[in-house]
Amino acid sequence: MFDFLDKYDVLGAFWTTVQLTLLSAAGSLVWGTLLAAMRVGPVPLMRGFGTAYVNIVRNIPLTVIILFASLGLKDTLRITLGSDQVDTSNFRLAVLGLVVYTSAFVCEAIRSGINTVPVGQAEAARAIGLSFTQVLGLVVLPQAFRAAVGPLTNVLIALTKNTTVAAAIGVAEAALLMKEMVENEAQLLLISAVIAFGFCCLTLPTGLVLGWVGKKVAVKR
Amino acid sequence: MSSVLYDAQGPRAKRRNFLYTAGFLVVLAAVLWWVYKGLDDKGQWEWVLWKPFFSGTEAYSAYIWPGLQNTLKAAALAMVIALPLGAALGIARLSDHAWIRVPVATVVEFFRAIPVLVLMIFGLALFAAYTDVSSDDRPLYAVVTGLVLYNASVLAEIVRAGILALPKGQSEAAMAIGLRKNQVMRLILLPQSVTAMLPAIVSQLVVIVKDTALGGAVLTFPELLASANTMSAYYGANTIASFTVVAVIYVVINFSLTSFASWLERRLRQGKKSTGAVLGVDDTANIAGAAGTGIAA
Repeated sequence: MFDFLDKYDVLGAFWTTVQLTLLSAAGSLVWGTLLAAMRVGPVPLMRGFGTAYVNIVRNIPLTVIILFASLGLKDTLRITLGSDQVDTSNFRLAVLGLVVYTSAFVCEAIRSGINTVPVGQAEAARAIGLSFTQVLGLVVLPQAFRAAVGPLTNVLIALTKNTTVAAAIGVAEAALLMKEMVENEAQLLLISAVIAFGFCCLTLPTGLVLGWVGKKVAVKR
Repeated sequence: MSSVLYDAQGPRAKRRNFLYTAGFLVVLAAVLWWVYKGLDDKGQWEWVLWKPFFSGTEAYSAYIWPGLQNTLKAAALAMVIALPLGAALGIARLSDHAWIRVPVATVVEFFRAIPVLVLMIFGLALFAAYTDVSSDDRPLYAVVTGLVLYNASVLAEIVRAGILALPKGQSEAAMAIGLRKNQVMRLILLPQSVTAMLPAIVSQLVVIVKDTALGGAVLTFPELLASANTMSAYYGANTIASFTVVAVIYVVINFSLTSFASWLERRLRQGKKSTGAVLGVDDTANIAGAAGTGIAA
C-alpha cells in the first residue's frame, strides 16, 4: 500500500524541515531577545526601533518575506549568502526570512514573560543600586525566560509549521515533497496521511514536552 | 513594567543615554546607507521602476486592486465559513458526554498540528481528483478549504476559552433558576462569550489575511502577492518596488485590524456591563495546546 513511498525521500524532506526549524529557532531567539531588551530599555530611539520592527514585520505575511528573500535579495541584488549552489543559497535565504519574521513573535513572547515578573522585584533591584543592564540581566530576564517557556513553545510550534512556506522558493522540505507526490501519484489520501503524521510527530511532542518543562521551571508565586 | 526597570534619569544617565542614542543612530544610518548603496549599485532607484506606483492608477487598477479583491474575498469566505464551524466544535468540546468531547478534541488538535499550506495542497488535489470544480476556480476553493479547516479549529479553541473565561456564577445562577443545560449555554453563556471573544476573533482575521498569500505563492491563486509577481514582470523587473508596495498594503490592512482589535478589547474591558471576561488580542497567541495560533504564516 505504501510502496510508492520508496520513490521519494520522505525522511530527507522532514530532516530539512527539522533543520530549517532548529536553525531559525536559534537565530530568532537571539535577535528576538535583543529586540525585547531594546523595547523595554531606557533609550527612546531603540524603543522606537523595536516597536516599529515588531509592528511592521508582524503584519507582513511570511510568504511575502521569504519570496522577497529569493526574488528581491537573490535574483535582483545578487545576495546569495555565501553559496553559489542554488539549493544551499535558497535554504539560507529561507532561514533568514524565518528569523526576520519569527523574532518579532519571540520579542513579544519574552515581553509577556517580563510582564509576569512582579514590579517589586525590579524596584528592589533598583533600590540596591543595580543599573538597567544589571536589573534586566540579573533579576528580570532570568525570571522572565522561565515564565516565557509557554509562549515561546507556541512560537516554536508555529515556526515548525511555518517552515513549509520555504516550499514557495523551492527548498526541498516536507510541503514541497507533498506537492510533488500528489501531482505524480494517485494516492492523495495516503500521501496526505503520511505528511500529516510527520507534522503531528514534530509538533505534538514539542507541545507536550515543553509544556511540561514550562510548568516545571515557572517561578511559583 | 518597562518603566520600573530603570530610575528617573539624572545627569550621568542622560549623558549615557545620549551616547547610546548616538551610537545606535550611527549603526542604523550605516545599515540604511548600506541598503541604499546596494540598491543604487543595482540601479533600483531608477524612477522608471517606481513611477507606475506614483503616477496614474494603472498599476493599481490592473494588478493590485484585482489581487487585493481576491485576497479579501478568500479571507472573508474563510472567516464566514470557519466561524459557525468553530463555534460548533468549541461548544461540542465542552460537552458533558465523552463520546462527543473526545472525538471533537482529537479533530481540533489534529488540524491545529498541521501546517495550513499542507491543508491547502490537500484541498487542491482533492478538488482536482474528486469534484468537477473548474481548474480556474480550484485555487480559490483550495485556499478557502485550507483556511477553514485550520481556522475552524483555532476558533473552536477561542470559543472554548471564551466560555470558560466567564465567571462561574453565571451558569450557577442560571442553573439555580432551573434552566436546562442547553438553555444555560444558549441564553446565558454564548451571548456573553461572543462579546468577550470579539477582539480575539478580529485579530485572527489578520492571520487569515496573511495566510491567503500562501495561495498566491504555491497554488497559483491570483491574490495580492501573486499580483506583485505579474506586475514586476510587466513593468520591467521592478521586483523591489512591487514587493515594497504590496508589503505596505498588507501592513496597512493588518495594522488597522490589529489596532481595531486592541481598541475593542480596551472598550470591552472598561464597559459597565462587562463581566470582566475579555479574551484579548494576546490571548489568541497563548491559548494552551499544540498550536501556536496567531502566529501562522
